[in-house]
Amino acid sequence: MALTRDDVEKVSLLARLRLTDDELNSMTEHLSQIIQYVNQLDEINTDDVTPLAHTLDITNVLADDVPQDCLSREAALQNAPQRDEECFRVPAVL
Amino acid sequence: MSIISKSATQQREMLRTGELTSVELTTAYLEQIKLRESAVKAFVYLDEERALDTAQQIDVRRAAGEPLGDLAGIPVAVKDNLCTQGVPTTCASKILNGFVPPYDATVIAKLKTADAVLIGRTNMDEFAMGSSTENSAIQVTNNPWDLQCIPGGSSGGSAACIAAEFAPLALGSDTGGSIRQPAALCGIVGLKPSYGRVSRYGLVAFASSLDQIGPMTSNVEDAALLLQVLAGHDSHDSTSADVKVDSYVENVTQPLSDLTLGVVDEHYGDGLDKEIQASIKEAIGVYESLGATIKHIEMPHASYGIATYYIIAPCEASSNLARFDGAHYGYRTEPSSVDQTSGSEDALTRMYRLSRAAGFGDEVKRRIMLGTYALSEGYYDAFYLKALKVRRLIRQDYDNAFEAVDLLIGPVTAKSAFKQGEKTSDPLAMYMEDLFTVTANLAGVAGISLPCGLTATGLPIGVQLQSAPFQEDKLLRAAYMFQNATDWHQRRPDF
Repeated sequence: MALTRDDVEKVSLLARLRLTDDELNSMTEHLSQIIQYVNQLDEINTDDVTPLAHTLDITNVLADDVPQDCLSREAALQNAPQRDEECFRVPAVL
Repeated sequence: MSIISKSATQQREMLRTGELTSVELTTAYLEQIKLRESAVKAFVYLDEERALDTAQQIDVRRAAGEPLGDLAGIPVAVKDNLCTQGVPTTCASKILNGFVPPYDATVIAKLKTADAVLIGRTNMDEFAMGSSTENSAIQVTNNPWDLQCIPGGSSGGSAACIAAEFAPLALGSDTGGSIRQPAALCGIVGLKPSYGRVSRYGLVAFASSLDQIGPMTSNVEDAALLLQVLAGHDSHDSTSADVKVDSYVENVTQPLSDLTLGVVDEHYGDGLDKEIQASIKEAIGVYESLGATIKHIEMPHASYGIATYYIIAPCEASSNLARFDGAHYGYRTEPSSVDQTSGSEDALTRMYRLSRAAGFGDEVKRRIMLGTYALSEGYYDAFYLKALKVRRLIRQDYDNAFEAVDLLIGPVTAKSAFKQGEKTSDPLAMYMEDLFTVTANLAGVAGISLPCGLTATGLPIGVQLQSAPFQEDKLLRAAYMFQNATDWHQRRPDF
């Protein structure tokens, strides 16, 4: 099951990446090779197997809902590519 | 023997007795760096002034009889994906060029509490994706044993640092082998702790269910020393384990009697270099002469490790790297390239796409694309879910193995350090570098790479021991047994 250039272009939008024509070509080739390789997992019968997402036997580790110190506004904005007094500035969303 | 060739454990004793000052020790390493770093290029950031400053302060406090931390006055190099407050942290990526974290990673905070001297930040494959450090957007690091060869990856800078004697201790991170493989290729000790043993808070995440930070050193007792400082539960990391930390330092020199080691037959195929195979067999022989029993173990799903890893890791990475979008930190594309509207794409989406396109290197893009595809509608079950099921089977193979043996022993890599550029045009060939290391991350078990030989051309070979989760104590003691019976850990590259 090889990927088409069209598939790759659609995935690039989902991945929020802009690929050049050359990149689309090499990406299609490389991804197809990798997908073909990982398809070998189909050889294994996993009908009665539960997925293992996490190797520790812990779930939903919660903290008490108590306010604590957090980053100051200034520290949080310190690396902003564009900012004003209060906020990060980005192109209009709406 | 030059002071920089001594172990951190020995240096610690000399500092304690006053035979050595931290300024002297730090200066000695800085001199070695001045001499050899232009050839090796292990560091992306050398913190010379701050390091000498810290060293000076510790000497003063020591002279005044003040209590000091366990690593007081000892230089440590850290991989550039560990957030350090006020110090540029780039993960060797253009997208984080100029990023300065407002906080310390837990391991960095622990090093500071231990009064370590943070000497510099080491080169890596971009966002820890790679096995040669060639994917760094900053520079290539050369293997000190052969400057035309790669040091391994992704913690290649840290490995080269230890091999070249630029620092006695270094931190790396390991998601699919990124501590153990460069350790093997650079002839040093590298330990990947069990998943959850060391806090990931402040480690820039690659694959959250696979990543672990660990020590890279020239010998086993130093690895125990560093792990002792790093290990422990952290409330900032909800995936860190609330499991008691053993006394690694106190116990490391005590040999294990009645040690059983498992040899996995699947490891010894045609792909394994003959010299490495011979070295591993010799290492097994050393353990036998020390009284260990060898058992043959089957791990039927071991050969599926790469396929499983190269679905799960890119999937998790595609999610973790979504945060690098030019909005809050890091590189953002020029406003002018975003302003013109074109077709249906809104300005914000264009900002994301162009920032990420310019900021990420090829391998990072490839893995994000792979992960995005494997998680997308229609493919999630066939790829991601399937891989998680095979992961369960791989974990079961380990659980079964550890019912029969104490530890597993085997190769770290199929081949020794390759020449720069040799594998860069074939991503899949590069992925096969991780053949013997990925299963430990998938299963969450601990693994250590120890120097065990040199090839005919003088390149290092490593042997890997693996333990059940939270058995680092046993792992280190067994490792020390080997070190004590051999002298590979004392070899240094001929500069």
